[in-house]
Amino acid sequence: MRLFRIRGGVHPDDRKHLSNGQPIERLPLPPLLHVPLQQHIGSPAAPAVRRGQRVAKGELIAHSQGAISAPVHAPTSGRIMGIGSYHAHHASGLSVPTITLQPDGEDRWLEGTEGAPDPFSLDPDEIAARVSAAGIVGLGGATFPSAVKLNLRKKYRLHTLAINGAECEPYLTCDDRLMRERPGQVLDGIRIMAHALGVSRILIAIEGNKPEALGAMATAAAVLGASGAEISVVSLPMRYPMGSEKHLVQTLTGRETPARGLTADIGVVVHNPATAFAVHEALRLGHPLVSRVVTVSGAAIARPRNLRVPLGTPVQWLIDQCGGFTVEPARLVSGGPMMGQPLPSTRVPMVKGSNGILALTAAETRGREPSPCIRCGSCVSACPCGLLPLEMAAHTRAGDLEGAVRLGLMDCIGCGSCAYVCPAHIPLVQYFNYAKGEMAARGRAKQKQTETRRLIEQRAERIEAIQRAKREAMAARKREAASRPRPQAKPAAAESEVGA
Amino acid sequence: MSEFIVKGTASETPVAAPHAHSGASVGRTMGLVALALLPATAFGLGQFGWPAILLFTVTVAAALAVEALCLRIADKPVRPYLMDGSALVTGWLLALSLPPSAPWWIGVLGSLIAIALAKHVFGGIGQNLFNPAMVARVALLIAFPVEMTSFATQAPLWSEEALGLQQGLAVTFGGVVPDGLTGATTLGQVRAELARGLELGPALASAHDPLRSALGTIGGSLGETSAVLLLLGGLFLLYRRVITWHIPVSMLGALALLATLTHLIDPDRYPDAVYHLVSGATLLGAFFIATDLVTSPVSKTGQLIFGAGCGLLVFCIRTWAGYPEGVAFAVMLMNACTPLIDHYVRPRVYGRDRRGGPLEYGDETGRRP
Repeated sequence: MRLFRIRGGVHPDDRKHLSNGQPIERLPLPPLLHVPLQQHIGSPAAPAVRRGQRVAKGELIAHSQGAISAPVHAPTSGRIMGIGSYHAHHASGLSVPTITLQPDGEDRWLEGTEGAPDPFSLDPDEIAARVSAAGIVGLGGATFPSAVKLNLRKKYRLHTLAINGAECEPYLTCDDRLMRERPGQVLDGIRIMAHALGVSRILIAIEGNKPEALGAMATAAAVLGASGAEISVVSLPMRYPMGSEKHLVQTLTGRETPARGLTADIGVVVHNPATAFAVHEALRLGHPLVSRVVTVSGAAIARPRNLRVPLGTPVQWLIDQCGGFTVEPARLVSGGPMMGQPLPSTRVPMVKGSNGILALTAAETRGREPSPCIRCGSCVSACPCGLLPLEMAAHTRAGDLEGAVRLGLMDCIGCGSCAYVCPAHIPLVQYFNYAKGEMAARGRAKQKQTETRRLIEQRAERIEAIQRAKREAMAARKREAASRPRPQAKPAAAESEVGA
Repeated sequence: MSEFIVKGTASETPVAAPHAHSGASVGRTMGLVALALLPATAFGLGQFGWPAILLFTVTVAAALAVEALCLRIADKPVRPYLMDGSALVTGWLLALSLPPSAPWWIGVLGSLIAIALAKHVFGGIGQNLFNPAMVARVALLIAFPVEMTSFATQAPLWSEEALGLQQGLAVTFGGVVPDGLTGATTLGQVRAELARGLELGPALASAHDPLRSALGTIGGSLGETSAVLLLLGGLFLLYRRVITWHIPVSMLGALALLATLTHLIDPDRYPDAVYHLVSGATLLGAFFIATDLVTSPVSKTGQLIFGAGCGLLVFCIRTWAGYPEGVAFAVMLMNACTPLIDHYVRPRVYGRDRRGGPLEYGDETGRRP
């Protein structure tokens, strides 16, 4: 298949050898699971259990709220110890609403859990509904509710389902191992999604540094033979950020996603292999999303591994099961090193979107004090979006956020290629994150202002209307009084006589 | 299960991604530039002997000293900035562009102009509009035309007529100019002969030997003589990705194209492309001066325009202006255009057309009506 070039990008050392030889393993259950109510983009889920309640594995413990949201299920059987707050899986270290579950050790599934015998006979709406009920979100890290993406067929003309097996972030090997070890199940999930989307073409795109995964998926597709959508397994060139959804689609189709749009605008929907696996388990077995595969790696980890862990497992538990730290890590990262979030401590739970836990040494992060920009243009060459990172950062630094927006701040995908190559070690992504956050806050403030103004105007109108009604009522009464002169005029006259 | 808290991050601002780096640094970039300059420099120093070695040492030392002084005055940390190598490269390039027999104070004054005036007055590294070494060279050329245009004929260290250290000291620090030791550059001599009314053919025959120019066994500024070694250094920079091909190729291409066209029109008045490419500071300029990261455009298209402009100006100055050589002027004039080029020539943003609107595809896919 012909592939198309993307602009820019970088070639970081992939460091996948640390963990790509380790098969996916399960861990013993930790003493407590801390399951956050928000593990997805959108509204947080609302608790559906009481403290002290016994729950089975896969039982709903928090239901979704609103159009973009996802429910949360019990990762194992046990007792609800509390519904409170716990450290977020987030750089801020703040606390978020969390359900704490004490496993009973039985790991007993909810009774009556069963899948559909033939998902392909189901209506697309029914598939999307089951995916939604299973709490499945984009497991590549974006955590966007998958059912919403499956429903895009209603609004867009779609032709292709692309599976993003690029895994272009260094260190991460969880998708690689999943495709190698469970190619049939992953492919089944992919085909169910393709059926739900009603597309005729499936492209399974994997970076060339994963020959085993490429082989396994190609074999699985060949075994299946010609049925349903046409399936191609594509070997992608190794270049970061190949796994950026929009750049992946450009590589595959030669088309850029229009600015501020979705890949669906050009007829393509992108899903992650781990999401496909979760869809397979939800549809075939009726299992909701209660665990995920995660890579625990980095030079500070004694034995890097790929683990299938129940959601809510403390990160420290994972690290202990990987032999602990060999040296004190300089940085703890959730996700990959290029776009992952720094974690303030290991006292955070695993969530649906965390595909990697990395403990990196200073030699790996290669951090340095920033120095002034020398305008070398390395960032411009590295930017896959055709932006001028140095100028955007300069405008942001000077407080001219509108200037940064005019230069394309909102077209920045935050891939970090610019900061990766910057010889002056300028924290460019930090500038852009700040500017984006600030612009969003300003947007919200403005919206609030307009909303307040609207409410004030409405109130003024309401008061005006009430007063008008009063005036009219009064006028009506007067008119009424005037139209019945006799009986009213008399007492009035009498009164005046009395007064006189 | 004792929990681990990452040092620093809990209380301070979180560190944004990426948590990895290519390892590039300003110091490494400058180190590679210096390494690339080394062969041509070593050749120049050997070729012109002790006066050149002394002048080079004085100029570079002065550049570093002025840098340290300026950093101290500006209240910036001296060590990290001095160690980034930018002052070293500036002083080095300035020394290479001076006549090898120039007196010591030319080097010191040049370093002062380059570092203090052309760099720190603008705000230090990364802030200067013009290439500091070229500002210094042009200022010296205008202020001290005699010292800046007296070129020593080569007296290589390995030859009989080489000057000893004592004579070298006398030339550099004593202002002594031994008789018969000054000659002209190719460009200067050809220009002078043409001005005397000579035809181009005889003028070239007496002054220009392409092979000697390529090897560098000719008169000229300290480090500009050996075309082959400069080309080698330039290719090394390209190979190590310190520079990209855009500026050198467009500059040399524009110069060669104009020279060839005019040469075809009137071979008696205009020398051919080879003459322009191997003489003077063409290659030094194309690979080491015009490509200065700070003062050239950041986009590839901008760099093509910038390089072509440099080539055009070099040709015009050499052919029609008052000076025989024009690389320094050409680069500075294009430096002045860099902000303008950067403003108007920008890469197309992903998903947008040239005018900045979202891309549109006029076919079946997309949002349902």
